[in-house]
Amino acid sequence: MLPVIVAAAAAAENPLIPGIPDIIWSAVCFIVLLLFFWFKVLPAVQRTLDARAELIEGGIKKAEIAQAEAAAALEKYNEQLAEARAEAARIRDHARQDGIKILNELKEQASAEAARITANASVQIEAERQAALVSLRAEVGSLAIDLAAGVIGQTLTDDEKAASLVDQFLADLEESEKMAR
Amino acid sequence: MLFAGTPFELNRIMLIRILVTVVIVVVFWLGTRKMKLVPGRGQSLIEMGLDFVRVSIAEDLLGKKEGRRFLPLLTTFFFMILAMNFTGTVPGLNVAGTAVIGVPLLLAAIAYVTWIYAGLRKHPGKFLRNSLFPPGVPWPLYIIVTPIEIISTFIVRPVTHTLRLLMNMIVGHLLLVLFFLATSFFFVQAPGLFKLFGVGTLAFGFAFTLLELLVIVLQAYVFTILTAVYLQLALADEH
Repeated sequence: MLPVIVAAAAAAENPLIPGIPDIIWSAVCFIVLLLFFWFKVLPAVQRTLDARAELIEGGIKKAEIAQAEAAAALEKYNEQLAEARAEAARIRDHARQDGIKILNELKEQASAEAARITANASVQIEAERQAALVSLRAEVGSLAIDLAAGVIGQTLTDDEKAASLVDQFLADLEESEKMAR
Repeated sequence: MLFAGTPFELNRIMLIRILVTVVIVVVFWLGTRKMKLVPGRGQSLIEMGLDFVRVSIAEDLLGKKEGRRFLPLLTTFFFMILAMNFTGTVPGLNVAGTAVIGVPLLLAAIAYVTWIYAGLRKHPGKFLRNSLFPPGVPWPLYIIVTPIEIISTFIVRPVTHTLRLLMNMIVGHLLLVLFFLATSFFFVQAPGLFKLFGVGTLAFGFAFTLLELLVIVLQAYVFTILTAVYLQLALADEH
């Protein structure tokens, strides 16, 4: 405890008047510490802080880049998806149009065929009708002449006369048919 | 005493100051020798201490740019005062390095010179005029205002800056000396039941040691932050 008393006594003697050694040693300590902090500690700390900030900023930047890349990839994917959809729709449309076209062609072909068949048939019918008409006319002519010869008792040998008579008859027959319709 | 009779005379307090200086250098040298981006425990503590001065004192009051400029000074002030105050409660040392006027006076003088220099440098020509003749005051009032400004700014400020720290440390030291000497006296020399008084004085000594620990940190902080405030006032644009 003795040194404490001495120090207290010394401090109580003239606490406001500095001694030369007091100032000198204070200055020595201060200068040493100031230089130490100024040129050693604070630059080291500042470097560390800068490096740390850079690291954090770098990390943030990296994350941002990755995010941008992901967004770009998503966009690209969506684009491709939309493209594929459009392509599919186009193909479908095309197929539908093709189908319609084929159907129409087939229909046309069918109707053309039908028309051809109908035309053939009517030509044939006409021909047969003509043939029937001719043979009928021949038969009916001779039959009628035979009949008429029997009725009127005379032979119609004169060809010219016979032909005119048959024609007359047939014309009458046709007339009566028309009237009947 | 070493070098007795020379200007480099070393008494106990001077030795304590040198010891403190060495301890600070060693601690901070070890703490910042190999700094890592991800700090370990020791580095975290050192960084926390340095950050306290840098962020809470320098950058808060002076801004980023000026704060960085005066950071070495403020950091030195804070840790030097803190460590020298602290020796007042270290058993075996028992007296604060700041309890003799040398350190408080020197540091206050350095602060004084620094803020006047900073003001003159930043506002050459206008600094002294604005300090002594505050703008916006009607001129007859300068008869009163100017002497007040001279006294308060250029005389009272450094004096209080010095004495606040010095007196806190001296008084703390005296109180602790008083209580522990009394305890020693009561326990060792007092007759009979008077020894019981020693328990009370010991308890008070303990309580005031805790108070001293608070004062130690507080005074280091106050001294440093006042330096920053004076710098801020000198650098402010009103001047």
